[in-house]
Amino acid sequence: MNAQEIVTVLEEKFASKITGKNLDAIDPWFSVEPAALADVALFCRDDARLRFDSLQCISGVDYLEPDPKKVKKAGFDPHLEVLYHLFSFPHRHKILLKVILPRWKDDQPGEIPDLPSVARVWPTADWHEREVYDLSGVNFVGHPHLTRILCCEDWVGHPLRKDYEFPEEYHGIRAK
Amino acid sequence: MATITLDDPTVIEFDVRTDEMLVNMGPQHPSTHGVLRLLLRTDGEVVKEITPHIGYLHRCAEKIGENLAPYQWIPYTDRMDYLAGMNMNLGWSLAVEKLCKMEIPERAQIIRVIIAEMGRLASHLVGMGAYGLDLGTFSPFLYAFREREKILDLFEEVCGARLTYSYITIGGATHDLPEGWVEHCRDFLDYFEPKIEEYHTLLTRNAIFINRTANLGVLPAGMAIAYGCSGPVLRGSGVNFDLRRDQPYSMYDKFKFEVCCPIDPQGREAWPEMPNEVKIGDNWCRFYVRMLEVIQSIKLVRQALDRYPNSQGTQRSSGWKATMKLPRGEVYLETECPRGQMGFLVIGKDDPIPLRARARSSCFSNLSVAGELCRSCLIADVPAIIGSLDVVMGEIDR
Repeated sequence: MNAQEIVTVLEEKFASKITGKNLDAIDPWFSVEPAALADVALFCRDDARLRFDSLQCISGVDYLEPDPKKVKKAGFDPHLEVLYHLFSFPHRHKILLKVILPRWKDDQPGEIPDLPSVARVWPTADWHEREVYDLSGVNFVGHPHLTRILCCEDWVGHPLRKDYEFPEEYHGIRAK
Repeated sequence: MATITLDDPTVIEFDVRTDEMLVNMGPQHPSTHGVLRLLLRTDGEVVKEITPHIGYLHRCAEKIGENLAPYQWIPYTDRMDYLAGMNMNLGWSLAVEKLCKMEIPERAQIIRVIIAEMGRLASHLVGMGAYGLDLGTFSPFLYAFREREKILDLFEEVCGARLTYSYITIGGATHDLPEGWVEHCRDFLDYFEPKIEEYHTLLTRNAIFINRTANLGVLPAGMAIAYGCSGPVLRGSGVNFDLRRDQPYSMYDKFKFEVCCPIDPQGREAWPEMPNEVKIGDNWCRFYVRMLEVIQSIKLVRQALDRYPNSQGTQRSSGWKATMKLPRGEVYLETECPRGQMGFLVIGKDDPIPLRARARSSCFSNLSVAGELCRSCLIADVPAIIGSLDVVMGEIDR
């Protein structure tokens, strides 16, 4: 199936839960409501026409222009995107599933936003979600063991946030 | 008062009863391939559960990538999978070129195929040698490094570096192949090809080696896909899939080669030479896929060397500039690296610096299945299973 057909199948099933799409992009994508993610993911994996049995990658992307002079030119409002690159071995087709989140939960800086976990749909998401949590700061609700994976357990902050402040020192080791 | 004698079976039971114990393996354990730490919950010699702890080599390369132009990030990709730096350079370059819609000259593409396949040879040689070490045999390691040294000499002739090359770059490669290199490369292949049979004698058909690897760490195809495994780990489980054939990039569709897998594309068993003890998806299969891929890589390099002298264009696209702006949009591209499918995501913001540079590590996913593979195996088999996944920590931790 091509991207158009894939998104049509999903629109028939989920209609209003699909919040956006761009099928002319280099990697065609569609986006879903955060709350509907787990249902959409399960459908993508199990529907006979889609069979997205492989989750290639989960990436967190922080859309924020930290330089106040460049904000006008940036061309996007501050938000957080989580990208799921899906691939189907039986059908050999792929699609990009996006979820758009606020940067902070309830606009409270420091409170990371929630997103349903898909670790039960694709086991590979277990480690990938831990990585996105660790580096980009997304709270995956329902993840069996959401702990930092690359940074140390006592690390503060999420380094891939654009407004992340580098620590001055760590356990007596000076960083600057 | 009852007297306790040694004949009482309950006493003996108490005496030899084993407690669960936590064993820490690594991060400096020689057979964990770099700084990997495994936490084993064991009952006697039997492993109940293993938990990999990673991140000891984390440099947050992705954060650095958000602050550099794509060509400046090339040296950082070298340091991800430092045993296959050339293949890492290629993956990132291809993703950026796709975003910029850049045409690559034929000559550059052929150079890339030659270099990437030589990189695969070097990497699989380390994989093979180090796996021997894991299982307690030292000599294959020495032979493997002897051959790899010659590949590194060839790479040094090309770009001056022996480990972190930064040779393949945005738009093509930094230099053309030096004069006489093609002949040197052919000489090496002629020298190396007959040696492969020796490795089969040393390891592949060695009875001790088969006993240590066959029917151990069996990874079913469905589980391999669900855990996102790729490369030799996926093919060893009988999934006949290789990006070079199935989603060709960089002219791979112009060359003839076979995908090495115990199951052929028609679903039949493809390896009549497989020992009886071996089960599809076990350690031995993963090892053997790598051994066969070496032969296919030699084939590919030979074909590319033949095409090289008559190829059109230069070694680098003239469309490339250091100040080149990355258009808005996102590209995710995977390439078939020696250890699996390495993916790079690049997001442009109409600026020379990308908004996001993401590296999807193949070993990261391959290692995540280790917890399943090592359930109720023996402690001594843990290095055999982890070794067969052929992980490189630099790539996992980035």
